[in-house]
Amino acid sequence: MIDCKNITKIYKSGNGNVETTVLKGLTFSIKDGEFVAIMGPSGSGKSTLMNIIGALDTPTSGQYILDGHDVSKLSDDELADIRKDKLGFVFQSFNLLPRATVLRNAMLPLMYTNTPEEKRETRAKEALKNTGLDESHYQHRSNQLSGGQMQRVAIARALVNNPSIILADEPTGNLDTKTGEVVLYTFQILNEKQKRTVILITHERYVAEHADRIIEIRDGLIVGDKKNQNKLRTKVPFK
Amino acid sequence: MKYPDLFKETSMALLVNKARSGLTVLGIIIGIGSVIAMISIGQGAKSTIENNIQSLGSNLIIVMPGTQRGLGFQVSSGRGSAQSLTLDDAEAIRQEIPTVAAVAPELSGRYQIAAKGTNTNTQVLGTTADYPQIRNIEIDSGSFITGQHIRSLSKVVVIGPTVRDDLFGEGVDPVGQAIRIKKIEFKIIGVTKSKGGSGFSNQDDMIFVPISSAQRFLSGGNYVSTISVQASSQKVMTETQSQITSLLLGRHNISDPTLADFSIMNQTDIVAAASSIADTFTILLGSVAGISLIVGGIGIMNMMLTTVTERTREIGLRKAVGAKRKDISQQFLAEAVMLTFIGGAAGVIVGWITSLLVSKFGGITTSISLSSIILAFGVSTAIGIIFGYYPARRAAGLNPIEALRYE
Repeated sequence: MIDCKNITKIYKSGNGNVETTVLKGLTFSIKDGEFVAIMGPSGSGKSTLMNIIGALDTPTSGQYILDGHDVSKLSDDELADIRKDKLGFVFQSFNLLPRATVLRNAMLPLMYTNTPEEKRETRAKEALKNTGLDESHYQHRSNQLSGGQMQRVAIARALVNNPSIILADEPTGNLDTKTGEVVLYTFQILNEKQKRTVILITHERYVAEHADRIIEIRDGLIVGDKKNQNKLRTKVPFK
Repeated sequence: MKYPDLFKETSMALLVNKARSGLTVLGIIIGIGSVIAMISIGQGAKSTIENNIQSLGSNLIIVMPGTQRGLGFQVSSGRGSAQSLTLDDAEAIRQEIPTVAAVAPELSGRYQIAAKGTNTNTQVLGTTADYPQIRNIEIDSGSFITGQHIRSLSKVVVIGPTVRDDLFGEGVDPVGQAIRIKKIEFKIIGVTKSKGGSGFSNQDDMIFVPISSAQRFLSGGNYVSTISVQASSQKVMTETQSQITSLLLGRHNISDPTLADFSIMNQTDIVAAASSIADTFTILLGSVAGISLIVGGIGIMNMMLTTVTERTREIGLRKAVGAKRKDISQQFLAEAVMLTFIGGAAGVIVGWITSLLVSKFGGITTSISLSSIILAFGVSTAIGIIFGYYPARRAAGLNPIEALRYE
């Protein structure tokens, strides 16, 4: 459950003379189990918003409540704890450890939790299974995989500590259309079958239309927030 | 992050770039290795010097004649060559100072020695029966000079093993044979055991004769060249030394101690002086080697800074999935410390081998102490922490948003 009230973000230039207002007061909420796309062109402030929702950054003013915790005024280490417990990230450029195996990559976030060694592997395998990645790849090094496979490992890594929200920042940006479809389909499955909250950040309407709800941002303001009437579905083989 | 994880992550990260890690470690290996080797050479030299001095005798005080001064002007024939000490002085020291354990007056000179068909030039030392006790000399065969020999001006000698080898050949027992010193025939009554001495006084290459015989037949006078005094214990050394000084000043009718016609050396002082020279030497060697250790440390820092830059995205990712500042700095610090620790361990082995080779082929005694090994480990780990701290802090301080976007 995300509740944002009048979120603003102002960046100051190095000498503090020039102020840039990136977010000009956003108010919205996202309920558990929703699949929301945040859409906007580059420079609209969607990345800044994602950083705030992802607890990587704090708003200049306004209130951001995540699962009942006020995240707006936390310190770096407290934000790290929120990210560890509540959030799973999927990035445009996958950000896998290239020389580590698929399994190790999926287990990475658990290293910072108190999960015992033997449980980590079980949970990582479970998460990988949910993304539909074939079991034969688990011991492969992640730089031996294709883009689509890498992104699914990244999704597994986002799932592994059972977060309340999965935050995907342009997850299809580095993939061709077909593999992009597979990844988007994976999010749909996770949302529908496992009732996971998925927030998809994108600049492409086509990608956004795979979600149930589209929040449109332009110049730091919400210009549209409506249910997606014709949700796109791709028929791709998914194991 | 838990320690087993930390260890696993660290070793994986270092193995990823084996060549780079290996070369960086090499810097530390050379640094630690040379510190260990240099200190072992210095320590070895120190113990050699100390042993040499200790082998001269224990609790030893040496009284030497000083410059003889006349009235109005000074005639000096050099310290040690004056004839200001006599057998009576030695006798007085023995009888009047209670803390003295033994006294041996000595009269030395170099003479040509002839035996059957051969001859040699060596030091002839006139002394008394107390000499072996004071100077730690043991008898190999026969016996040493006795009081009886001295009273009766016997023409007897005790020879050192080097002299025996020179005159009679190795392994021959020369007791009972005769040698000639200044064309006067002396009978050999004993051979001393080898002390393996070297350096400033080789006690193996010496001939001992009764001091009375030396005065009568060889030097012709009543003076002695040194008086060796053994104090009864280490504690009374200083006290004994000052008592001897005042006794001799009284006997020689000298009121101003600065005008004394003798000088007194104390073995402890000699050892202390020599040790401090050796320590300075060790510090010098060690600090030269220490510089290479610092260079090695800078190598570590350089590598870690490169690593942090290269792995900026990884750091960003780790932060995004919940790693705190401490987790990140710990990870990079652990990498630096692991490098220096491996380097330290290998460096100790390299240093050890080097010092063994030096003592085997260079003929220099070396000694490796446990403390220098522990010190080397401590220093190398500390270098890891010191030189790894800045890169680790830099990694931990990265902003996750910027780090994730880093190209």
